[in-house]
Amino acid sequence: MKEAGETNTTTERSLAQEIGTMPTGRPGDVAVFPYLVYSEFLAALLCSIVLMVWSLTVAAPLLEQANPGITENPAKAPWYFVGLQELLVYFDPWIAGVMMPTLIIVGLMAIPYLDTSTNAVGRYTIRERRLVISHFGLGFALWWVLIAIGQFLRGPNWHIYWPWQDWSMVKNPEGAMWDFPVWVGLPLLIAYFVGGFVIPQKRWPWLLERLGTARYVGSITLALLFYGVPIKMLLRLLFNVKYVLVTSWFNI
Amino acid sequence: MASSRTDQFRRKAVDWITTSQLYRSVFRHGYADTVRNRALEVTSNAFLHLHPITIPAHALKVRFTFCLGGLTFFLFLVETVTGVLLMFYYRPVPEYAYADMKTLQYAVYFGMILRNLHRWGAHLMVVLVMLHMLRVFLTGSYRPPREFNWVLGVNLLVLTLLLSFTGYLLPWDQLAFWAVTVGTNMAAATPFLGAEGPFHGLLGVNGMNDARFLLLGDVRVAGSALLRFYVLHCVALPLVAGVLMVVHFWRVRKDGGISRPL
Repeated sequence: MKEAGETNTTTERSLAQEIGTMPTGRPGDVAVFPYLVYSEFLAALLCSIVLMVWSLTVAAPLLEQANPGITENPAKAPWYFVGLQELLVYFDPWIAGVMMPTLIIVGLMAIPYLDTSTNAVGRYTIRERRLVISHFGLGFALWWVLIAIGQFLRGPNWHIYWPWQDWSMVKNPEGAMWDFPVWVGLPLLIAYFVGGFVIPQKRWPWLLERLGTARYVGSITLALLFYGVPIKMLLRLLFNVKYVLVTSWFNI
Repeated sequence: MASSRTDQFRRKAVDWITTSQLYRSVFRHGYADTVRNRALEVTSNAFLHLHPITIPAHALKVRFTFCLGGLTFFLFLVETVTGVLLMFYYRPVPEYAYADMKTLQYAVYFGMILRNLHRWGAHLMVVLVMLHMLRVFLTGSYRPPREFNWVLGVNLLVLTLLLSFTGYLLPWDQLAFWAVTVGTNMAAATPFLGAEGPFHGLLGVNGMNDARFLLLGDVRVAGSALLRFYVLHCVALPLVAGVLMVVHFWRVRKDGGISRPL
C-alpha cells in the first residue's frame, strides 16, 4: 500500500503535467489555486501578525486636545510629507509645497511615456538600465533622506538637533544669507536650462535621435527641474544663498 | 484496519457534504482535486476570479514581487474594516472628537488596539505602496504595454497619501491640528489660486475664496475642516480609490498579466 505522502506526490506530478491543458496554460505554468492563493494567504497572515504585534506593543500617539492658541514647536507634517516640509528650508512655499508635489506626480506619470523602450520588461534589469535607474533611484533616495532629516533631526524652530541633543538647548539663529543679484541669477538660470538642453545633445547625439524631440524635451525638463533641487540645497548649505532669482512677484 | 475504517467514514462524510444541494449551491465546482476543479475554484469564485487560472512558475517567487501590491490592497481592507468599527465611536465635531478618542482609549473594549491597528496599518500601507512603486520601476514593468496601469498606480499612491493625511486630523489633538495646519497652509501658497501665492491678485483671490478655503471651509482649521476631512476620509476618497483599484487590478490582467518578460 502506498504511503499518503507518496500518493500526493504522484497526483501532484500528474496534475502539474495536465496544467498545460488548462485554457490559459503554457508549459511551465502552475495552477493559481492552490499555489498562488496559498502564498497570498500566507503573506496576508504574516502581515496581520506584524501589524497585530506592532499594535499591541506601541500605542498610537494622542497629545493634548487641539488648541489653536498654543502652537506646537516644531509643528511637523505627517512623516510622508515631512520631506516636502524640509524643502521649505530651501524653497518658498509655492515651490516646496505646491510646484514640487505637482511636478513629482506629473513626472512619475510621465515616466512610461518618456521611457518607451520595450526591452528589459518584467524582471530586475538594473544593469541594463543603469541610466534610468540611477536617476529614479537618486530621486527615491532624496525623498527618504529628506523625510529622515525632517522627522528625526529637526527640533524647535526647525533647527537641526542630533538625536542625543536635548530640545531645551537653545540654538543660534542661522547666519546672514544673501541673494544673487538679478544680473547674476537670471543669466545663471537661463544658462542652466539652455546648457541642460544643448550639452547632452552635443555629447550624446544618439539620445535625441532615440527619444525624438518631444520625449527629449520632456525628459530633460524633468531632469533639470529635479537636479535643480539638490543644486539649490548645496548653494544654500555651502554658500548661504537664499534666492537664486529675486523678482517683485516671486523668488526662486 | 482501524485507520481504513476512519478513512471510509471520512470519505463518506465528505461525499455526503459535497454532493448536497446546499454545498453545490455555494461552491460551483467539485471537491475532488482535479485540474478541472482547480480551474473552477478560481473562475467560479467572485473574489479569486481576479486571478488567471494559471501563472508562470517564476511569478510565485516571493523575492520577485515581495507581495507588495497585494499587501497594500490587504492593508486597504484592514483599514476599511477597522475604520468602519471606529466610526461607531467617533463624532466629527470639535466638541466631541477628542473626547471620543479618550473614550475609545479608556472605556471601549479593545478600543485602543482598534485605533492602533488603524493608524499603524495606514503607515504601513504608505510605506508598502511606495516600495511597490520601486519594485515596479526596477523590473521595468511600467514600460509598454503597461504604461497606463503605472499612471493609475501613481494616482493610487496620491490617494493613499490623501487618505492618510485626511485621517491625520480626526483625533483632533495638538499633533493632528498643527500637522494639518502646516499641510493646508501650503494650499494658500498656490500660484494664482492661493491667497499668499504669487500672482493671486490677478484673479482677485483672497483668504475667503482661495484653495485653502476650499480645503478647510474656513480661513483656519476648525469645525468645518474637521467635517470635510472626515467625509473625504470615510466616504469620498475610499470610493475613488476603490474604483481605481478595480481598474488597476483588471489592467494587470489585460496588459499582459503579472509582471514577467513579455
